[in-house]
Amino acid sequence: MHELAITVIGPDRPGIVADVSEALAAVGANLTDSTMTRLRGHFTMTLICTGPSPAEAEAAIGTLSGVVTQVRQVSPETYASSGEPYVVSVHGADRLGIVAAVTRVVAAAGGNITDLSTRLAGTLYVLVAEIDLPPAAADELAEQLAVAGAELGVEVTLRRAEPEIL
Amino acid sequence: MIAWDGPAGRVLPVVTAPAPVLSAVGAEVDPCSPEIVQLAADLVATMRVSPGCVGLAAPQVGVGAQVFCVDVTGHPKASTTHGVFVLCNAKVIEASRWKAGREGCMSVPDLTGDVKRAGRVVVSATLPGSGEPVTVTTDAFEARALQHEIDHCAGKLFLDRVAGAHAVYQRKVYL
Repeated sequence: MHELAITVIGPDRPGIVADVSEALAAVGANLTDSTMTRLRGHFTMTLICTGPSPAEAEAAIGTLSGVVTQVRQVSPETYASSGEPYVVSVHGADRLGIVAAVTRVVAAAGGNITDLSTRLAGTLYVLVAEIDLPPAAADELAEQLAVAGAELGVEVTLRRAEPEIL
Repeated sequence: MIAWDGPAGRVLPVVTAPAPVLSAVGAEVDPCSPEIVQLAADLVATMRVSPGCVGLAAPQVGVGAQVFCVDVTGHPKASTTHGVFVLCNAKVIEASRWKAGREGCMSVPDLTGDVKRAGRVVVSATLPGSGEPVTVTTDAFEARALQHEIDHCAGKLFLDRVAGAHAVYQRKVYL
């Protein structure tokens, strides 16, 4: 049993997810975690699957036209992210280095980013990240993010994203 | 008064998705039948021994029936509270002040999701034992809990209502 990390990128069109997942199912690849989205019109898919060898998976999806694919064998997850869940939101005028500056501040506070997406809409730049923080790190991080945001000329908010268990 | 005042219950095992009972529409029940009164007691007993549990519906203990208990007493996000109560055949008859929030469920232990719920609801139901019809008007966290449990009785999980493709999260491991 192999665990594979696969990326597929190409111009978006209807049916592309079905084509990729059907080709993988045909060689016995069981998709576990995956994310698929459109980034400025490019279809992008990153997934983890179990089953076939890298060569079998490559042969299955390598023939799909118009997409770039990569298959790589990975070892099962060893780092379990832990901590208190927070969401960071950033918005402001686009400029070079917003993601780099904000994520460096998060990393310096011991935060682990578990999900992040950015969008550029006209001149507006938006970043939203899910992060896990060590206990009691939030107040200091909020201050440091405010400083970084002021330097970048963007608005930054940090808020708790704790779920209510019902 | 809708507060629960029934016999002692048994602690039942909580079933987790993908158990089929969690996706089946629960049967309407006779709130006066001894089985339903016992079920109500079992739900309360099971809720009480489950840390952080503020509500439990019959499908979560493997019974496809429209019965659930709720107790949000002392919860920081609660405003109106009615203590510990059990409702049968409950329906939301008015819902307003919709608000998104992240919720999790004992029956989906590894995931959470962003779900829109009404911040104010009116629920009609009957009480177990007496069969007395009641109307419960509540808000904030108790309203969210009621909607979550009524969903369970209809065979729906929060996963059926998540806000979008990126609104399901791995539940965090707390330090």
